Amino acid sequence: MADMLQFDLVSPERKLASGLARAVQIPGADGDLTAMPDHAPTITTLRPGVLVVEGASGEDRYVVTGGFAEISPEATTVLAERAYPAAGEEARAALQGILEEVRGKAGAASGADKDVLDKAADDLAKVIDGL
Amino acid sequence: MPSLKDLKNRIASVKSTRKITKAMQMVAAAKLRRAQDAAEAARPYADKMADVVNGLAASVAGSDTAPKLLAGTGSDKTHLLVVMTAERGLCGGFNSSIVKLARIHANKLVAEGKTVKILTVGKKGREQLKRDLGAHLVAHIDLSEVKRVGYQNAADVANKVFDMFDAGEFDVATIFFNRFESVISQVPTATQVIPAVVPEGAEAAALYDYEPSEEAILADLLPRAVTTQIFTALLENAASEQGARMSAMDNATRNAGDMIDRLTTEYNRSRQASITKELIEIISGAEAL
Repeated sequence: MADMLQFDLVSPERKLASGLARAVQIPGADGDLTAMPDHAPTITTLRPGVLVVEGASGEDRYVVTGGFAEISPEATTVLAERAYPAAGEEARAALQGILEEVRGKAGAASGADKDVLDKAADDLAKVIDGL
Repeated sequence: MPSLKDLKNRIASVKSTRKITKAMQMVAAAKLRRAQDAAEAARPYADKMADVVNGLAASVAGSDTAPKLLAGTGSDKTHLLVVMTAERGLCGGFNSSIVKLARIHANKLVAEGKTVKILTVGKKGREQLKRDLGAHLVAHIDLSEVKRVGYQNAADVANKVFDMFDAGEFDVATIFFNRFESVISQVPTATQVIPAVVPEGAEAAALYDYEPSEEAILADLLPRAVTTQIFTALLENAASEQGARMSAMDNATRNAGDMIDRLTTEYNRSRQASITKELIEIISGAEAL
């Protein structure tokens, strides 16, 4: 089908989702982007955010904390360090834990590292608020 | 010749040993299935990661700005060997075969005049290496509390390695683990992880757009790729350990069975011998009258 693309979401420990999708919204490091069929081949890193998959039967949302996405005209593969379905308490609890950790690291870091970590913490806080 | 009572006790003790080894074998079989599933589930991520990193690495490798994890420190004087073994024994040659491979490697490097540092993961390897390479052991990561290896465990190992790398404590890192081939065959394997090895013939993946930039992505991905390699190694190791334990315990169970048969024959024989002896005594006593 030309109006669908193959979508896979994998984390190091398991495959979280796989199927056909109309479009995938990806929280890229330089800003959100939406992959649709026949997208130019792209590789992008992720920032903490929400991944929205428009499948045949509706919309699925996943929270990702980082990783990267590989987009080709026929398929989109998201390799997330950690990913959770956005609905449910598990994601919120896990994110809170990660946020604490990142804030702790940001407190100890300095210079460019601190900026990066602060930004990650802000992104995470925004994601948690948005749930 | 042992008395009847001794033999009886002996048989009872071998029987209970057989029960234990049988139980361990079944536990190992159940754990093996889980470990194999985990290794299977981790494969898509690892494969994809390797694809992307190899493509990127091939296109960046030549440039001056290539990250250190890829280009190396420019020397190969100090080697770090990450030796991953089990926390428990009773698994046949599993631990020894990794240690043996690591030892050969270490001795070769020392003979070449390189400095060798060893990071051990798992108690058994440390115990075995302490004897002759104790001076080279620099750190140890304990996984004895871990029931199921998770990505976080791999990240702990990787972070330790990165800290040492950033501090300039070594130039080349190699991981040692057992690759799971089948229940009866586990292959001790050494893989160099830092600097990353670009396989021959890897083509620069030129058709991709990169956001932010090739080098920024590579800098972000390389540590993850190393962590993933370590994670894969840990999972392979976990599956191998259970496989090795399963076949070792299977052997032990069978040996115990053989031993019981042998002891039972001996027991029956000496019982019959004593009965015969008594009969002879009675008969010759009666004849004497």
